[in-house]
Amino acid sequence: MAASEYRVLPGPEGYLPPAAASMGVELPQRGEALVEGRVVPEEEAMLRIAERLLAARNPVFFPGPTILWAWKEGAAEKARAVLGLMEAVGARAIPMPDYRPKYPMINPAVEINPNHPNLTIWHNRIDVGVFVGVHCHYANVALKIIRGGTDCYTIALCGEMGHEDAMITLRDVDVAKLERLTEVARALATARLLRVEGSGAGG
Amino acid sequence: MIKGLFRISPGFEDVMPAEYKELVTTGPYGREVGVSDLGTFKELIEEHPLCAGCAESLALRLILASLPNPEDTVIVGSTGCSSLAFSQVAVHNIHSLFGNQNAVATGLKRALRLRFPDKVKDVLVIAGDGATVDIGLDMVMQSWFRRELITTIMLDNEVYANTGGQESGMSPQGAVLNMAPLGKKFPKVALPEIAREAGCVYVATISPDLPRRLGKVVRRAILVAREIGPSYVQIFCPCPTNFKFRSAEVLQKIRERQKEGTFQVREYVSPEAEAYLAGLEGAKQREEQ
Repeated sequence: MAASEYRVLPGPEGYLPPAAASMGVELPQRGEALVEGRVVPEEEAMLRIAERLLAARNPVFFPGPTILWAWKEGAAEKARAVLGLMEAVGARAIPMPDYRPKYPMINPAVEINPNHPNLTIWHNRIDVGVFVGVHCHYANVALKIIRGGTDCYTIALCGEMGHEDAMITLRDVDVAKLERLTEVARALATARLLRVEGSGAGG
Repeated sequence: MIKGLFRISPGFEDVMPAEYKELVTTGPYGREVGVSDLGTFKELIEEHPLCAGCAESLALRLILASLPNPEDTVIVGSTGCSSLAFSQVAVHNIHSLFGNQNAVATGLKRALRLRFPDKVKDVLVIAGDGATVDIGLDMVMQSWFRRELITTIMLDNEVYANTGGQESGMSPQGAVLNMAPLGKKFPKVALPEIAREAGCVYVATISPDLPRRLGKVVRRAILVAREIGPSYVQIFCPCPTNFKFRSAEVLQKIRERQKEGTFQVREYVSPEAEAYLAGLEGAKQREEQ
């Protein structure tokens, strides 16, 4: 397959999936995002994220250390914005409080670890997973392992330049961007509800 | 380190695993706790994959309970059994290449002093006998020659334990091991003496059989390395797996070796370090009265 044709899609892709970057997937520029390896405008990616999360059977957020710990000014505000987004899409959280490998095994029911994230995804049957506040190198490792061994659809809300190994990634995610994504999700949820009511279903 | 690191963001308390909540509420960060307080605070090591009865695991537990400043401590480890446990520890730690630990610790300590000139940052090397006395001896001794302000702790299990049992410089003379069937031909390297001559201002040999004393030794070694000079602690941790004795007999083995004189508890303190420690310990005693 030519490098430019590579799509970042749910797996399982096999034991050692290639790094998307090595297959020609480039990080987005400011105002842009990646959807399955293709650069798109950020607003379009937000809509795709909202669609995925609202349609998911078991959407789960994986907040990392920079969200979970009130370690500097502004961290708690960002955490609050993540909680708002989770509420809007009906997702729950399974935390990644640090990156210790914790051998012989983590408890996959209550936490996720970058060294074997597949265990948590299998255990909880997670179909859409959102990484937020996870340091770059650990997110990259975890996203590749997930793509390699599971069929989970991954979304990375990155405070830096984005993660090309996720199926959808936003870059420069701050409180304002999280709130905008929450608005998009709420609007989409309302529109869906109106459609359902208009069709007479559910009564 | 900012103490706020140990505050959970509001709204996420319920989903945090229990061990993290315990670290926040009863962890040793910013508190004056030690070996005598074990059982009353959340320990910095959650679990470990070392063998049953491993004296290194006991020593590590005691070292971690004795850190005077765990929130501002960085441990530098090296290849060996102990490195398997470091990844479980709730203290910043760096795994260095085999033998490079004292070189890495040197750079780290210097960088921390530049970056945080007004803060005390303790850099602690914890490595096995192979990393310290064989493969890393060059880096270890050069750091002492340069009087780097770091503490070096050797966990002396007298063997390369997790690679099948090769003899190390610290294996006793005559030791027969899986990969040394003819027996070791020369005695243990006298590293405490070398450390003293190479510039360490505090040198001690100890074992986990004396937990409170071990705690005191570790604290003294760290405190001295903040201001006066390098310090070295050698902790005797016999290996039940490679020396083929029962897990429950580890402490008994230490006592037997002490009785036969092949392991001795010793402490060397330079006059300058002694004056420094007397000042600190005297002030602490006055506070407690």
